[in-house]
Amino acid sequence: MSIPNLTPIYLDNNATTRCAPEAVAAMLPYFTEQFGNPSSMHSFGAKVGHAVKAARGSLQKLLGAEYDSEIVYTAGGTEADNTAILSALKANPERREIIITMVEHHAVLHLCDQLEKDGYTIHKLKVDGIGRLDLDEYAKLLSDKVAVVSVMWANNETGTFFPVEQMAQMANAAGVLFHTDAVQAVGKIPLNLANSAIDMLSMSGHKLHGPKGIGALYLRRGARFRPLLRGGGQERGRRAGTENVPAIIGMGVAAELALEHMEQENTYVRALRDKLQAGILAAVPHAFVTGDARNRLPNTLNVAFEYVEGEAILMLLNKQGIAASSGSACTSGSLEPSHVMRAMGIPYTAAHGTIRFSLSRENTEAEIDRVIAVTPAIIAQLRKLSPYWGENGPVTDPEKAFAPTYA
Amino acid sequence: MWDYSETVKEHFYNPRNAGALPEANAIGEVGSISCGDALRLMLKVDPANETILDASFQTFGCGSAIASSSALTEIIKGKTLEQALDVSNQDIADFLGGLPPEKMHCSVMGREALQSAIANYRGEVWSDDHEEGALICKCFAVDAVMIEDTIRANNLCSVEQVTNYTKAGGGCSSCHEGIEEILAKVLAERGEDFKAAPPPEKKVPGKMTTLERIRKIEQVIEKARPNLQRDHGDIELVDVDGKTIYVAMKGACSGCQMEAATLGGVQAQMIEALGELVKLVPVKPTVKLAPNTLA
Ligand SMILES: Cc1ncc(COP(=O)(O)O)c(C=O)c1O
Ligand code: FES
Repeated sequence: MSIPNLTPIYLDNNATTRCAPEAVAAMLPYFTEQFGNPSSMHSFGAKVGHAVKAARGSLQKLLGAEYDSEIVYTAGGTEADNTAILSALKANPERREIIITMVEHHAVLHLCDQLEKDGYTIHKLKVDGIGRLDLDEYAKLLSDKVAVVSVMWANNETGTFFPVEQMAQMANAAGVLFHTDAVQAVGKIPLNLANSAIDMLSMSGHKLHGPKGIGALYLRRGARFRPLLRGGGQERGRRAGTENVPAIIGMGVAAELALEHMEQENTYVRALRDKLQAGILAAVPHAFVTGDARNRLPNTLNVAFEYVEGEAILMLLNKQGIAASSGSACTSGSLEPSHVMRAMGIPYTAAHGTIRFSLSRENTEAEIDRVIAVTPAIIAQLRKLSPYWGENGPVTDPEKAFAPTYA
Repeated sequence: MWDYSETVKEHFYNPRNAGALPEANAIGEVGSISCGDALRLMLKVDPANETILDASFQTFGCGSAIASSSALTEIIKGKTLEQALDVSNQDIADFLGGLPPEKMHCSVMGREALQSAIANYRGEVWSDDHEEGALICKCFAVDAVMIEDTIRANNLCSVEQVTNYTKAGGGCSSCHEGIEEILAKVLAERGEDFKAAPPPEKKVPGKMTTLERIRKIEQVIEKARPNLQRDHGDIELVDVDGKTIYVAMKGACSGCQMEAATLGGVQAQMIEALGELVKLVPVKPTVKLAPNTLA
């Protein structure tokens, strides 16, 4: 894709964020001068060991965990999710059921699809039109046959929050382990795991201005656990393999920065997001917000533009230097809108045209103004090409107006 | 982001012949909004000589769907209906400088809209004989329905056979899990169990003489040919220079959008057979080629 002459505007922070320069600077010495292995019995290793401990402390603070030993470093959010679920199954071999939701990230969903093939029973909680769970349905499924509940804290596509604390308490009361994929929530909302019923929580460095390929599983002290990777005794035997020291240091700095900017995330970033939402909805007819607009991440806006296809919108936005993302993956044979949109029952006329704008503290008001200025023309241009769009609006009953001759 | 050619982008940003064509006398419609792409092709056909005087489209879909529609209208304008029916989806993809394997279905949709429009002009009913499944093999753009149908029709029971019939799995081999799953499903319907074939024996890369090495190279080329010939293509060994092996792609394979993928597949087999890293480089066919194979 050719890079336009405009300064790029990055609104895809739920996909990944720019690594903070402070984090990069802190990491660099750990590739060269401080290259020791933290497990080694010499001073090269010892210094590095201290730095890793300090980084663990920063993460502990961000999560509000009671002990720093509750943090197990992993190679990212996906590994943390897989570790949590597979550990619960291993630790409770007689329990053959798992409860998740229809809208989990693929790191949970595709693992569970595979587990289903292996003979486990997967309960996927449904969501309503704006992405909310029915806790009665959940309560009925909790039993001593369930090995683990895994419910995301905030949805990556719509930003919608699930009531994970309440759900963890319910699981706890039923004697079931509770895991949450908090990859999108950590760093954006204040957390206090010391005061929580959550047993396990996944997070990822690159979603909070830290490096990629590093993440962590929070593991409440005493929660039953079986490692995914065995080998050397790293991470107290809970995740073998020489530590990715530079990335651990970088994520530690990113965690400190996230804590510093927490307030800003919920004031400044939220205000920009709200401005973008109001600006787009005012200027583009037949567009609406998906998810629970009153209960979502402060940085996320997901808009459905009816009668146009998401990837085409992204290409035209990209031409204007604007980076966002779409839930619609238009690839051969799977022209399905995202599983999140389908689960919410968003009609096809809108689901294919959903665009996610995800902001960060690095965005400016001028950028938001530019996005608001160019979006209406982009949507209008594509609607002009669409067989479902007439002179001034959608053709009446699009499903019927366009009728291929074959069944 | 997709790796679209400049031509695809150009046709997407500046689509030709977009919009309604009020004087159209042939209209083809394929796809639907629930599928995520839909195309209405409108033609103005001269009844005297069945020439397409004008063509336009309306498309709901991704960038390459819009570009494919635009390309289609440009290709068929001025052609007779008979000539237009000869336009294949590969022609549309080639016109656009190639499409990613995941997007080949956009060109298929273009061709189907054309067939549908011509049927409409002739007062016939066109029926879609093509069902598309999830893309399994990215190297050769083969989808699940195609694999499943081929397994059924030919009673296949191994990944290797599926590769021989459909090419799927013949490149990087990362789709073998997906192919095995389809095999297991179809075999289960036949009341059989899918058993994975034993892994191919590892060849110890002993020192080969130059002659042995050339023979090996020829063997790999020979093994690749039946697959290509099935698609009206062919491959020929031209020369070997150290680690570089020059080959000529012929017929439908020459310059086609899958050429790179095909070459990649053969190169992978070559590397495995020789136990060394070699590079396959396509060159223009040699003169000793029979002319008819160039058609
Ligand atoms: C909710 C959620 N879970 C898990 C992941 C995967 O994290 P990682 O990329 O660190 O493996 C992501 C990232 O896209 C995510 O948004
Ligand atoms: S994806 Fe099928 S061989 Fe590469």
